[in-house]
Amino acid sequence: MSFPWAKEYKPEHPFMQWMDSRLPLPRLVYNSVGPGYLVPRNINYWYNFGILAGVALLVQIITGIVAAMHYSGHVLTAFDSVEHLMRDVNSGWLIRYLHMNGASFFFIVVYIHIFRGLYYGSYKAPREVVWLLGVVIFLLMMATAFMGYVLPWGQMSFWGAQVITSLFSAIPLVGEAIRTWLVGGFAPDNATLTRFFALHYILPFVILGVVILKIWSLHIPGSTNPTGVDVKGPQDTLPFHPYFTAKDGFYVILYLIVFAAFVFFMPNALGHPDNYIPANALSTPAHIVPEWYFWPFYAILRAFTIDFILPAKLWGVIAMFASIILLFFLPWLDSSRVKSTSYRPLYRIWFWVLVVDVLILGWMGGAPAEEPYVRISQIASAYYFAHFLIILPILSMVEKPLPLPNSIAESVLAKHGGTTETTRTGAAGQVPAAAE
Amino acid sequence: MVRFVGILVGLLFVLVLLVAALAPREASVPDPTLAHFQHPHQESWKQDGPLGLGIFGTFDRAQLQRGYQVYKEVCAACHSLRLISFRNLEEIGFSEPQVKALAKAAAVPSIDSRTGEPTTRPGVPSDRLPSPYPNEVAAAAANNNAIPPDLSLIIKARHDGQNYVHSLLTGYGLKVPADVEVPQGLHYNPYFASLNIAMAKPLNDEQVTYADGTPATVDQMSRDVVAFLHWAAEPELERRKQAGVATILFLAILAFLSFLAYRKVWAGVQH
Amino acid sequence: MAIQTEGLSPQSDGVTEDGVRRRDFIYVGTVSFAAVGAAALAWPFINQMNPSADVRAMASIEVDLSSIQPGQAIKTIWQSKPVFVRNLTQVEIDEANAVDVAALRDPETLNERTQETHHNWLVTLGVCTHLGCVPLGAGEGENKGDYGGYFCPCHGSHYDTAGRIRKGPAPTNLEVPAYTFKSPTLIEIG
Repeated sequence: MSFPWAKEYKPEHPFMQWMDSRLPLPRLVYNSVGPGYLVPRNINYWYNFGILAGVALLVQIITGIVAAMHYSGHVLTAFDSVEHLMRDVNSGWLIRYLHMNGASFFFIVVYIHIFRGLYYGSYKAPREVVWLLGVVIFLLMMATAFMGYVLPWGQMSFWGAQVITSLFSAIPLVGEAIRTWLVGGFAPDNATLTRFFALHYILPFVILGVVILKIWSLHIPGSTNPTGVDVKGPQDTLPFHPYFTAKDGFYVILYLIVFAAFVFFMPNALGHPDNYIPANALSTPAHIVPEWYFWPFYAILRAFTIDFILPAKLWGVIAMFASIILLFFLPWLDSSRVKSTSYRPLYRIWFWVLVVDVLILGWMGGAPAEEPYVRISQIASAYYFAHFLIILPILSMVEKPLPLPNSIAESVLAKHGGTTETTRTGAAGQVPAAAE
Repeated sequence: MVRFVGILVGLLFVLVLLVAALAPREASVPDPTLAHFQHPHQESWKQDGPLGLGIFGTFDRAQLQRGYQVYKEVCAACHSLRLISFRNLEEIGFSEPQVKALAKAAAVPSIDSRTGEPTTRPGVPSDRLPSPYPNEVAAAAANNNAIPPDLSLIIKARHDGQNYVHSLLTGYGLKVPADVEVPQGLHYNPYFASLNIAMAKPLNDEQVTYADGTPATVDQMSRDVVAFLHWAAEPELERRKQAGVATILFLAILAFLSFLAYRKVWAGVQH
Repeated sequence: MAIQTEGLSPQSDGVTEDGVRRRDFIYVGTVSFAAVGAAALAWPFINQMNPSADVRAMASIEVDLSSIQPGQAIKTIWQSKPVFVRNLTQVEIDEANAVDVAALRDPETLNERTQETHHNWLVTLGVCTHLGCVPLGAGEGENKGDYGGYFCPCHGSHYDTAGRIRKGPAPTNLEVPAYTFKSPTLIEIG
């Protein structure tokens, strides 16, 4: 369902004709990732992170299924079963470290992917549902990762579960009942662990389903591009295969190199040493922190320190969830007709302030709950909400954007010195092809 | 409508946060004695490889065996190493008959096959190293209510584990600062987070007689046992790094090839 | 100056004189190299299902024979299967040797099922060769069946003092695992 000038699937081999007429899967592949799907030719490497997220999900599913073959989901044996995987299972250390670091890398890639969406206005009409599905995936990822971290039943597994499940008791009236229901007892124990294992195993397949929906909904209008200008004709696009299969292939290899560097040489750098201590309900770690990818939200949670009509703890819980839920409303908070921040000079400043702000929030989330970190968290959290709920809506209404190029092709030609400057040589020393 | 509600909600959150940010803090006086806490001193370890980068690097088998001797003769009196089996000791250079002998010399928990009473039996290679105490209650009772932690993962369970454990083991006997109180039954060690640790100084010069004749200074024994404990925590270290070098080399070549393919596909195409 | 839109696929570029698509070499090379990597990566994932080190360590066990009196047997576990180690009395040995081997369903002599100079030690799996139940007869006071050996209560297989099937549905004798005498009172099975 790409653009009208897309190539049509015409199988030549008799087997492919037979297959396609009975189950149009070959046609589906051709039209979604083959020559039949057209992509704006000017998308840059920031657009590769979606594919990388898909690769990361695949790595997690495969290593997860294999790891589950050796895991024992009972409080008395869970910790030792993970050590059994590390020490006795053939290549078990590799499977464990791939899965453990794969989770971190999944989040790194998804965060960059989200920020790309924020910068280039990928959430704007007609791609609102693509964005909404993405926020759903993000929530599912966080639930999955949280439950997965509990499974080794180390000190941080247990105390992280304790802290996060106790958040639910902040809900007035029904909070404590909900918490007890979630945990299956008075504190995280075997009932919690076994249900977390069951849910952790199934949610990634739910994520996979939502990913398929997301790609499907994306392929209706097709990808955005760095100019934010719609595709107008064949000169604006290139077929996915071979151009973007080749490009994605290269970037996937680069991703794997960085991933391998962590897995093989610093496999515990992104983790917390306390999780190598078996869970002990009688001994609280000095600083309970979740995994790094939760730190910005943890900072927001802990930033609310005073009672203001509602108790501080409840503010924290509400704000933490609000910080993610507000993403659902982004397509309607931002009313600018211009998609790409490249053409919104005023907003661009605030975008980069947001990036720095989120990095600061992340740093604060991993820091102890002491001064000056608390005050910094409060200011940084204030900016986060101000950015999405105040600055973005107001600026989108009043900002005068820069003039947009007439088409993608025009902006590409302008980049390649179609008028004055030195001729840009293309790949392998070739001069860009002359006009017809 | 969405924007209107959004702005209101945003103002509310910002208000609450700024009030909290501007609220005066009660003066918190950090414990001044914690100023005496010392971070572990940084040493170089053979298994970290050249330049301490952690890329190459192998264990020194002789050192691992010395470290095992220190563990067995000093530490094992109080600390278990329950994730290590006797058969694992073949990796640090013992032969199969030696491992069998080591196992046989150890008493592992068992049940009397006639009466059902708990008893011990000589070990076999597939047995785990036995714990000094039958359970945690006994461990606490024998150690002034402090349970000596299992050491199988201690190097990974502490930040900068190798340097931390080594600094701790060699950090006893330093002069106690005037403002630090050392409670009865504890010992001053500035490398320990709360400055006073329940473990008494475990190592003294010449405490162990090394089979290979290496002088058994406290520093030497500490290094050896740290290396051994590092192996115990990460027995796969050498295999992991070798696989890593091979993988990155392979991926680098593949990256180069796929880059060439990418450029060839896009040759002459403006983007 | 416009952007070329026709004939864009690299494969449609001209082939060289020798008919080989030189341009395709890099594609073939890259994909092949990647495939080799994928295969190398697949191996650990397949191999992880093979027995782990702790299971391999249990591949053989040692059994101390010193406390087994003549006429007694013990049961133990080897590779997750029951093993019977029996110290035959001279009467039991004679009974076994008196049997007409040719008339047996699974012809074997006692000597073939035991080791030289240790013909009183009968080491067999405790798994009935019919459908896998654990026969009785090794424990004190257990039913030894009609032939004084082992009796399987599931479907009524009777084994004699050499562990050979004599009556009932089992097709073959109790399996004798590989074992060696480390000393007169110590065997290693497996």
